[in-house]
Amino acid sequence: MERMKIRCTLIIAALVFASSAPAIAAGGKTTPAIHNHWHFDGPFGTYDKDALQRGYQVYKTICASCHSMKQVSFRNLGQKGGPFYLAECPAGVPESVDCSNSNENPIVKAIAGEYQVEDGPDDTGDMFMRAGLPSDRFPNPFANDEQSRFANNGAFPPDLSLIVKARHHGPDYIYSLLTGFEDEPATVTVAPGQYYNPYFTGDMSQLLKPEFLNEEGHPLHGVEIPPGGVLAMAPPLFDGIIDYADEATPETVEQYARDVSEFLTWASEPKMEARKKLGIMSLAYLLILTGILYWSYKEIWSKADH
Amino acid sequence: MSHESTYRPGSFVERWLDKRLPLVRLAHDSFVDFPTPKNLNYWWTFGGILSIFLVIQIITGVVLAMHYTPHVTMAFDSVEHIMRDVNYGWLMRYMHSNGASMFFIAVYVHMFRGLYYGSYKEPREMLWILGVVIFVLMMATAFMGYVLPWGQMSFWGATVITNLFSAVPVIGDSIVQLLWGGPSVDNPTLNRFYSLHYLLPFAIFGVVILHIWALHIPGNNNPTGVEVKTKKDTLPFHPYYTVKDGFAIVAFLVLFAAFVFFNPDALGHPDNYKEANPLSTPAHIVPEWYFLPFYAMLRAITFDFFFISSKLGGVIVMFSSIIVLFFLPWLDTSKVRSMRYRPVSQLWFLIFVVASVALGYLGGKPAEGTYVVLAQIATAYYFAFFLIILPLLGLLEKPKPLPKSISESVLKKPDLSSANAASE
Repeated sequence: MERMKIRCTLIIAALVFASSAPAIAAGGKTTPAIHNHWHFDGPFGTYDKDALQRGYQVYKTICASCHSMKQVSFRNLGQKGGPFYLAECPAGVPESVDCSNSNENPIVKAIAGEYQVEDGPDDTGDMFMRAGLPSDRFPNPFANDEQSRFANNGAFPPDLSLIVKARHHGPDYIYSLLTGFEDEPATVTVAPGQYYNPYFTGDMSQLLKPEFLNEEGHPLHGVEIPPGGVLAMAPPLFDGIIDYADEATPETVEQYARDVSEFLTWASEPKMEARKKLGIMSLAYLLILTGILYWSYKEIWSKADH
Repeated sequence: MSHESTYRPGSFVERWLDKRLPLVRLAHDSFVDFPTPKNLNYWWTFGGILSIFLVIQIITGVVLAMHYTPHVTMAFDSVEHIMRDVNYGWLMRYMHSNGASMFFIAVYVHMFRGLYYGSYKEPREMLWILGVVIFVLMMATAFMGYVLPWGQMSFWGATVITNLFSAVPVIGDSIVQLLWGGPSVDNPTLNRFYSLHYLLPFAIFGVVILHIWALHIPGNNNPTGVEVKTKKDTLPFHPYYTVKDGFAIVAFLVLFAAFVFFNPDALGHPDNYKEANPLSTPAHIVPEWYFLPFYAMLRAITFDFFFISSKLGGVIVMFSSIIVLFFLPWLDTSKVRSMRYRPVSQLWFLIFVVASVALGYLGGKPAEGTYVVLAQIATAYYFAFFLIILPLLGLLEKPKPLPKSISESVLKKPDLSSANAASE
């Protein structure tokens, strides 16, 4: 009964949003995401493999301690277009191994092997832990959503498998959010465990200090409501927090954010390279066919009395 | 137009079959030697485009159904499984989701074309009415299809739209419960939507056959609106229109491919890549773009009208906007079919197109302030166009002189257009 009540309330709320859509529904304004040029932009764009590998390192070291990525398996890392795809085996690998097969890819096997995964039940009916295999999904850092929420001050860290496709201007948004943490403006109070970010969707008007509000609780004349919102994720990146193997790549927040955004874009859309490649061929085919048909049309109709 | 069959069965098999089930004769008379007005322009190619997209949707849909799981805990993941693990699953899925959008682009062009050239007028009323039936079925199918991935917009779109029926007096709540299959949008809702989403395209297919039948009795309308008089006015459908339609279809597929391969999510909403969560309402619930004009009309009614609440009023207006189309053949009183010869109507038609596009834009905006006022004006115009303007124009407007025949209009085009220019 209680559940029904909640549902009815929600439905009514949805209707209110949908049919009369009051201004508060939208929350405050956010700063538009910083526009980046990405290696995967445009019809010929591909993923930058080095950036994907660095991005994976950032993901694994930082993001993965709170966020799940449940749609992605280890084997995906070694598939065409993925960060650790090998067209040919490196030296020293036996000839019988086909490294282009992601299940045999030695890097992928090593990455999977670092994780312990629950399997079973075995012949005696017990569950057991074993080393990860390429076919395993990335393990969730928490046993369930409740534990995840409990460990993160009540805020649920969203799954990252589709985060780029689930946000407007996905990669630019992720980059902007990760690099955009700043001290909150003087006009607002941010509770402990909350962090201000001008790119995050929220409603800062609720956080204005009392001295900037009139008696009715509206902002005083001339007081601007800051853009963005507050979130429970602390700024996750700092300069130098991760050691890149490649000395030439700067170890800055901006670089980490760029790399992990590239990696997460790949995680959202691992088949992008295959898609664009097929797209170029399909378009070429269709354009040629269009030309031939247009010529046929003109030729056939030239005989008609029209 | 009905015509004498010119089919001559050649081989033994054809002669044998022709006595028993003259399928080849039917195909020959319908799609090979069918006499077609020789002046059809590119606006007439969208019927062919639509039939191709119905086939694309059915084929990709059947393949997707092989891998999709209609259960609230698995539907979202099964779509991702299709995107990531099924061979060319991403292609099937993107073709299907973008194919729906292309289908609607084509159907809107097709309908505006019918409206402009008076293709709904006697003797083509059944053709038009069947077309509206197809449109209604398409909208139902597309709406239920959008629910299947079970993302946030799927769930909340389903919640909002099914809830509209609760505005119906007395039986409203029962209807909503029937649609949901329970006390809320949940697994039974998903299951019945899936079942119907698979069923309705075949119903569409059936009505399309009737639509083509109803087309082939009177024959095609044409840009002049003047009926075919002699054989000189027509060309056989094949090869003249197979090649012209073929060209248009492939050109339209270029647009389709541009979306599928290079911007597959442009017409969707990012929120639908979040799994449905009944406890979290998205900031803005918006339907797919092709429903936005109707959504705008629904939300334009912000006032109570006597005993009709604003909610019920919105629902009535939204459904009436489609119902009114069924009566169009009798609302337009003009004896002249084509607006090519109705200069005043052209202007009102143009405003109608602008109002429809504006409604589409406004449907995607929050329902507040100026947006609501504009939506109300556009909605009022939409109905006024059908209920007031078209009936009156037929009585008041003085049309331009019609060409005596199609071939006259085609062969003397330079003279005619200069005569038109002079008369203006």
